[in-house]
Amino acid sequence: MTRTREWLYAWLLLLPAATLLALFTHYPAIANLWHSFLSTPKANRPAKFIGLDNYRALVDDPVFWQALTNNLWYALGTIPLSIALALLMALWVNQRLPGRGFLRLAYFTPTVLPMIAVANIWLFFYTPGYGLFDQIAGALGFGHHNWLGSQSTALPALMIVTIWKEAGFFMIFYLAALQSMSPHLAEAAAIEGASRRYFFWRVTFPLLMPTTLFVLVNAVINAFRLVDHIVVMTRGGPDNATALLLYYIFEIGFRFWDSSYAAALTMVLLVLLGAVALFQFFFLERRTHYQ
Amino acid sequence: MSAIAAENVSKVWTTGSAAVRAVDGVSFAFDAGTLNVLLGPSGCGKSTTLRLIAGLEVCDAGRVLIGHRDVTRLPPAARSIAMVFQSYALFPHLSVAENILFGLRVRRVKAAERGERLARIADLLGLSPLLERKPSQLSGGQQQRVALGRAIIAQAPVCLMDEPLSNLDAQLRAEMRQEIRALQRKLGITMVYVTHDQVEAMSMADRVVLMREGRIEQNGTPVELYEHPANTFVARFIGTPPMNLLRLEAGTGGAVIAGTDGPAVLDARFASGMLGVRPEHIELAFERGVRGSVDSVEYLGGDSLVGCRVGGQPLAARVAGNVGLARGDAVWLNWARGAEHYFDSNGIRAAAEPHEAPVTLMA
Repeated sequence: MTRTREWLYAWLLLLPAATLLALFTHYPAIANLWHSFLSTPKANRPAKFIGLDNYRALVDDPVFWQALTNNLWYALGTIPLSIALALLMALWVNQRLPGRGFLRLAYFTPTVLPMIAVANIWLFFYTPGYGLFDQIAGALGFGHHNWLGSQSTALPALMIVTIWKEAGFFMIFYLAALQSMSPHLAEAAAIEGASRRYFFWRVTFPLLMPTTLFVLVNAVINAFRLVDHIVVMTRGGPDNATALLLYYIFEIGFRFWDSSYAAALTMVLLVLLGAVALFQFFFLERRTHYQ
Repeated sequence: MSAIAAENVSKVWTTGSAAVRAVDGVSFAFDAGTLNVLLGPSGCGKSTTLRLIAGLEVCDAGRVLIGHRDVTRLPPAARSIAMVFQSYALFPHLSVAENILFGLRVRRVKAAERGERLARIADLLGLSPLLERKPSQLSGGQQQRVALGRAIIAQAPVCLMDEPLSNLDAQLRAEMRQEIRALQRKLGITMVYVTHDQVEAMSMADRVVLMREGRIEQNGTPVELYEHPANTFVARFIGTPPMNLLRLEAGTGGAVIAGTDGPAVLDARFASGMLGVRPEHIELAFERGVRGSVDSVEYLGGDSLVGCRVGGQPLAARVAGNVGLARGDAVWLNWARGAEHYFDSNGIRAAAEPHEAPVTLMA
């Protein structure tokens, strides 16, 4: 009797959250899978089952492959750098130094600013001729460069914005983890004669692994769901040089209104993120020490 | 072996505008191969003093000498010391073996020698079956042993211990106390041991330095601190229950316990001072000594703690066995002359032993 009631309570308590999740996460994901097997409904032609046609089209779509490659490079370029930078900044502001609070705030500011505002500021930095970078380059005697307008520099330029924005955010997690570490560990190591470098690699870094894993998961997800910067700064151009997967999905779905092809693209994104998550949780998790 | 000395060592903490003298001109000398306890209530500066010896804090004034070498400006690693922390400071992601070997790896000791020394230490501390475990899989006592192992495997001549037993339960604490003492003797280490527990200090130490508010109250052997406390603070801090301190006043025939009408216990010169008697030196007598009334009786098994009131002042007596006394009963309290301690009005032990007191209690 009491057991049944406990069950009932448990389910009742879980119900609100479960309903919202099912309604806005699980159902859309499954519906999306279904829609990717249908054709896009038009005014005079309802959707019909077309099997894997959307996926075949996807394999032959050069823009999709470019968006995927772009995204991989983007992830590869931003994730390790922003995490390393975040760790460095956290180690730096974790020390006793004057103006520490101010420095922490300064590092965190990019995270607090609205994405659109951030993108506009950087748009100015990159503006050819009178933007910040070109003014500096000009003063040093270099020529002007259209950073966002040239195929070779547009994606790296976006990556720099991302690193600048993400590093401060990740720093907060590292800082929190560092603050929770007992200062006696460092003292014990100091008495044994361990250098700071040795202590970092042998103790601090392994103990930060849970944080690194968490940050890594977030960084990967963020890398594959970037849209706003691209909308403001490049709109995927020039010539798809900055088209990332989600931006391409957004274009297909909401500019060209090909919803079923967008659904197929979305499945690719979901599978990709799922695979990464599995790798992180089953492979990295096992090599991580949790306290 | 290394003797340790502090010469006029000071450490000041500045918090905002206030400066706290955590350690205020402290000097002492510890002989090589002895166990020395820094004792005192929390906030007395004992841990800071230890950290100054370790080099984890920098002295604001004075010198620290280890093995007759001035180490005041040297980093901890250059002072040939080992240390055990109150929190043990074990590396949670490393196994017991790796925790113990941490320092040897830092110093790049050869693998063969590492293994040999690890085996010896693990054997000595009974850790052999636990070497592959992580610290979180160990009990408090086992963690304590690992911390000890990490400290002694370095074979440093000096070992510093910061309240190493305060996280253990009472029984384990008693065992570890003996174990640490035996280990210190066996290895001939010079040990400095910080504790707030006077039982630990009395039972382990060759020398006790009792501190309060950054200063040394008394520096001596346990017996000296117990038998000749330098002032009322030391008198009350050492011993459980603490020494009874009775205010005196001028009465008939000399100084009497304030609030009583005699008999006189001391010369009239001591009327403004205090008389100290330890509870364990008081015996209940019949119509002999000082009259008082029973406030409470606490039966402890082997003996009983009788709380009395003498002339309005509380006094505890520790007497053998179970006493048939109840609240309100009248008692006579008696003690040997040699068990008396005299303190002047400032609480400092009186220099002259006033044996010429006109009335004896035994009368």
